[in-house]
Amino acid sequence: MRWIRRNLVVIAGLLTLAYMILPNIVVMVFSFNKPTGRFNYSWQRFSLDAWKDPCGVADLCGSLTLSLQIAAWATLGATALGTMIAFALVRYRFRARGAINSLIFLPMAMPEVVMAASLLTLFLNMGAELGFWTVLIAHIMFCLSFVVTAVKARVMSMDPRLEEAARDLYAGPVQTFVRVTLPIAAPGIAAGALLAFALSFDDFIITNFNAGSTVTFPMFVWGSAQRGTPVQINVIGTAMFIIAVLVVVAGQIVTNRRKRTATT
Amino acid sequence: MTVTDAPPAAEPADLPVRKASARKRLVPYWLLLPGILWLLVFFALPMIYQASTSVQTGSLEKGFEVTWHFQTYWEALKEYYPQFVRSLLYAGTATLLCLLLGYPLAYLIAFKAGRWRTLLLVLVIAPFFTSFLIRTLAWKTILADGGAVVGALDALHVLDVTSWLGWTEGNRVLATPMAVVCGLTYNFLPFMILPLYTSLERIDGRLHEAAKDLYASPATTFRKVTFPLSMPGVVSGTLLTFIPASGDYVNAELLGSTDTKMVGNVIQSQFLRVLDYPTAAALSFILMAVVLLMVTVYIRRAGTEDLV
Repeated sequence: MRWIRRNLVVIAGLLTLAYMILPNIVVMVFSFNKPTGRFNYSWQRFSLDAWKDPCGVADLCGSLTLSLQIAAWATLGATALGTMIAFALVRYRFRARGAINSLIFLPMAMPEVVMAASLLTLFLNMGAELGFWTVLIAHIMFCLSFVVTAVKARVMSMDPRLEEAARDLYAGPVQTFVRVTLPIAAPGIAAGALLAFALSFDDFIITNFNAGSTVTFPMFVWGSAQRGTPVQINVIGTAMFIIAVLVVVAGQIVTNRRKRTATT
Repeated sequence: MTVTDAPPAAEPADLPVRKASARKRLVPYWLLLPGILWLLVFFALPMIYQASTSVQTGSLEKGFEVTWHFQTYWEALKEYYPQFVRSLLYAGTATLLCLLLGYPLAYLIAFKAGRWRTLLLVLVIAPFFTSFLIRTLAWKTILADGGAVVGALDALHVLDVTSWLGWTEGNRVLATPMAVVCGLTYNFLPFMILPLYTSLERIDGRLHEAAKDLYASPATTFRKVTFPLSMPGVVSGTLLTFIPASGDYVNAELLGSTDTKMVGNVIQSQFLRVLDYPTAAALSFILMAVVLLMVTVYIRRAGTEDLV
């Protein structure tokens, strides 16, 4: 009893963690299921069928490719625009700073459905054809603020004297930027880009409003919740999970090794 | 983009320096221009279009026209206030649950994890690695009728209490308010935990020692030292949870029933199925106003205005 009281925080924390991880485990386990009906919600028997044929469902892999494409372009766009804004905010003085700050903050403080609906009214009024481009425009819009926040944090912690030193050593402005500023800001830019990619790839609400009949991967999953959920969805979910974990582990190993070589 | 601030032809001789500084003064504007323009055209301008749509009348065939028909707001509220109240209620409950569940975990990672810290942090972010719709669908399996979770809750007579409260129905959890709130809580927990962890991690461990030296019990230390210092995390965590939860319609659609529809569901179906644009725009506008108002009041009261 006393042990429980002393470790109450640890127990409660681990229970929360279990609550957060449980659905991932279910997704993984059910990727080996062989459901009898159209829906993959109850366990029947073990099977590797879905893993052997991940693209076996019509339109599934097409939607996945589309989502990856949109995420890649949205990341590129949002990272470029967001990094420029972040540098301007930290390094320069200019007018209307307050207004610009709130313009960047507001998209993050707005329920997604509001942005989605208002953007749709704009596209409808302009007579724009809903599809790849409208989705891409929307994704760049809502990823932008997150990139600005991530890059800003990094640029703010940069020592401006490093760049002054480069200038003193006769580096031109371009050379200073490419060889000093950019490498130091890179972790912030990379964090912003990763965030943008994840947000864009997994976005559903804004895409749902502005995609027309274009089907991204989350849209495919949404549709399948109505029509029938193929096991392949779980396969792709699990594969994504494994790839992401591998990337994280690889990143950790690289940083550890760098630290070690730096100390020796 | 080409820089078009070419200097006028005739100028005094001492100008190179000043010319450079004039160009330098324009640099921030060039840096800001594309991004800010993007936000103005695709974030701010749509708000105006939405406001205009909300006071239009007409039909899909004949087209819509601005007639300053403010009645739409009143009618929308009258018809859909249950969904509105439900949204705020569900989102509020989910936010509170996120705080209650998330705080111990954030505390654990910040102070007790030791060398497990990185692993635990990765595990907190790990759910993000799988698409959130797939994970939300997994709750259909977990909470399935006659499943292990429902069976256990039933055996412990928890379901008797929750059905008496109106959170569940009979021995079902799926398609009830509890399932929706459970899904919302699950989906937004990481958004609570990460800011909490960030602010807890910044707390100087010596403050805890000092409190202990001054004969404060662990409970008092938490109440007087740790919790007040973690307020910035609590504030941004609750905002990051409540704002998206209030407009969410995925959990209500996938885990709920027609009796658990939230305002997001109404906006979605009005916009994409019923095609009653004015009502949908009005509802969306009201939601935005309510959320912004609540956020402003909350930030004022919590006293952390340097949040952004």
